[in-house]
Amino acid sequence: MEKKELLKVEGLKQHFPIKGGFFGRTVNHVKAVDDISFTVYEGETVSIVGESGCGKSTTGRAILRLEEPSDGKVYFEGTDLASLSKSEMRKYRKDLQIIFQDPYASINPRQSISDVLNEAMEIQNVLPKKERRKRILELLETVGLNGSQADRYPHEFSGGQRQRIGIARALSVNPKLIICDEAVSALDVSIQAQVLNLLEELQDEYGLTYLFISHDLGVVRHISDRVIVMYLGKIMEIGDKHSIFDNPKHPYTKALLSAIPVPDPEREREHIVLRGDVPSPIDPPTGCRFHTRCPFAQEKCRVDVPELKTHDGMKQSHEAACHFVEEIESGQLKPNYMETASF
Amino acid sequence: MEETILDVRGLRTSFFTDEGEVKAVDGVSFSVPKGKTLGIVGESGSGKSITSLSILRLLAENGKVVDGEIRYKGENLLDFSEKKMRSIRGNQISMIFQEPMTSLNPVFTVGQQISESLTTHQGMNKKQAMAKSVDLLKLVGIPSPEKRVTQYPYELSGGMRQRVMIAMALACNPEVLVADEPTTALDVTIQAQILGLIRDLQNRLGMSVILITHDLGVVAETCDYVAVMYAGQVVEYSDVRTLFRKPRHPYTVGLLKSLPRPDADQEKLVPIHGMVPSPFNMPKGCRFAPRCPAATDLCAEKLPDLFDDGEGNQVRCWIYDEEWPGPKEVDVFGEERIAKG
Repeated sequence: MEKKELLKVEGLKQHFPIKGGFFGRTVNHVKAVDDISFTVYEGETVSIVGESGCGKSTTGRAILRLEEPSDGKVYFEGTDLASLSKSEMRKYRKDLQIIFQDPYASINPRQSISDVLNEAMEIQNVLPKKERRKRILELLETVGLNGSQADRYPHEFSGGQRQRIGIARALSVNPKLIICDEAVSALDVSIQAQVLNLLEELQDEYGLTYLFISHDLGVVRHISDRVIVMYLGKIMEIGDKHSIFDNPKHPYTKALLSAIPVPDPEREREHIVLRGDVPSPIDPPTGCRFHTRCPFAQEKCRVDVPELKTHDGMKQSHEAACHFVEEIESGQLKPNYMETASF
Repeated sequence: MEETILDVRGLRTSFFTDEGEVKAVDGVSFSVPKGKTLGIVGESGSGKSITSLSILRLLAENGKVVDGEIRYKGENLLDFSEKKMRSIRGNQISMIFQEPMTSLNPVFTVGQQISESLTTHQGMNKKQAMAKSVDLLKLVGIPSPEKRVTQYPYELSGGMRQRVMIAMALACNPEVLVADEPTTALDVTIQAQILGLIRDLQNRLGMSVILITHDLGVVAETCDYVAVMYAGQVVEYSDVRTLFRKPRHPYTVGLLKSLPRPDADQEKLVPIHGMVPSPFNMPKGCRFAPRCPAATDLCAEKLPDLFDDGEGNQVRCWIYDEEWPGPKEVDVFGEERIAKG
């Protein structure tokens, strides 16, 4: 079956200017997202993972034009969102919704829950006024809240419940794609599991597509079909969930996966401990962005930007941006340093 | 038998607010063996941080330890005068906090902040303290420590700040290090560095560590013993292998089942239904009863004791009482038994 492309991102760049100096001129740029391309197919969940500052949230916001992207194209069902006027874009916002991380900051505390949901429907003109109340109650039931809570205010709800309200708000306009920006990160695990299950149920029921942005690799493994690994504004590796978790090829992906603490004390594991911190995105390293911390870095890595591509021994559609995938796999290239810790 | 360095018995800590008394910690007991790591794990509001603040007597003004004992090397810390306590704090028992951004003073250099405890507790002069600060920064793996020691916190990254916090905590070679979510604000690759560092320093310096965390992965990889807290109480205490191999309290079982694992595929997560009870309205019996699929009338009525299995592992659940009528089955989170809620 041919998969339908829902979202296609091409050469997306987001460079934020840094103002400074006497006249407040632009002195430099933060290259938060620097030339990334990927496709999201209808009905799937694609996750973007990475550490702080890798550009994963910026990518989500640039797709929705919450901040205007500096360059690149974002095709949604074939239409380039970046070329639309503001009012045309507003119509498309109905199809693309976002759920934010902080359930305390993303809902207006002065509006009752039914006002919050009603406002979304009114702006997008989803239903005639008379039918909205009924729809609001349905939505609340759908996300596991009680219809009788519709006239309460956000402060009367817990964090997990507020996140459900955020989900109900996104659903209220019948979107096709929902961007979940660290949507479960602020929740305790027992509540997080409730919300993750809800998201999965809703996906089955409404055929939703998710772009799931998260730093939590356990959550990502659970919810994704495909995974994008970002580092300093670039895609390091992309592939289906099993390629990324069971057969990672990029040294950064390997280090990232080995760094996650696993809830199993009997498993003897060596952690690959990366040296140093993530460099500044204002003046990112030349060549491969990861070369300053990579145990395998060679001269070539300092100069040439590696292309994201499928190397020998990789499944089709599994791509890594590294010059030396084959050499590392074959053991030909040895690490320059090996800091491991078994804690 | 291992030597116990810190022994907490029946600790109760309350906050007195306008709305009434909040029993944040309600009968917590555990012991920390010398040179080992005890993990205290729990979700928000379980009282894990308040427990650690109670040990160091750093509670806010409206908070008070109302009952219990905190025995450090045989002496009850709660009997100490504030002056004597000050000589313990940062010297023999020290603490690192979650947020290295807010727990460092922005207007003093890193060196000045590390030096403070050295001049206070060890009687060093400024010059000696500064030299020792450089050594400590080197110990915690900060590159070019001579330069860093004169810098301010804003000039350091999050991981570096946490290293500075650890250097401060280690300045006086403490016997016990209390680490409250030391890596929660950090990225995983930096977290791996910091946890590796704590473990390494512990081996070299022989200190005991109390690690407070919500992350079961961190517990599995760093702790020797674990206390699981729920709603102000320890519900299970055991060595780390037993806890993960054979969790006994339904809450522990539920926590492990609701955790999305980075190392295995799961069909579906099994959440714990409902929410943590409000501290103003604690259930009369077992605190977990309203969310527990195995709960009976007895659970709702009467708070269970901590049952000991004879090997030092304890669990607060009626299932382990001799009189319990039902099967001793804790795998109560099977999917079909979950009430829709």
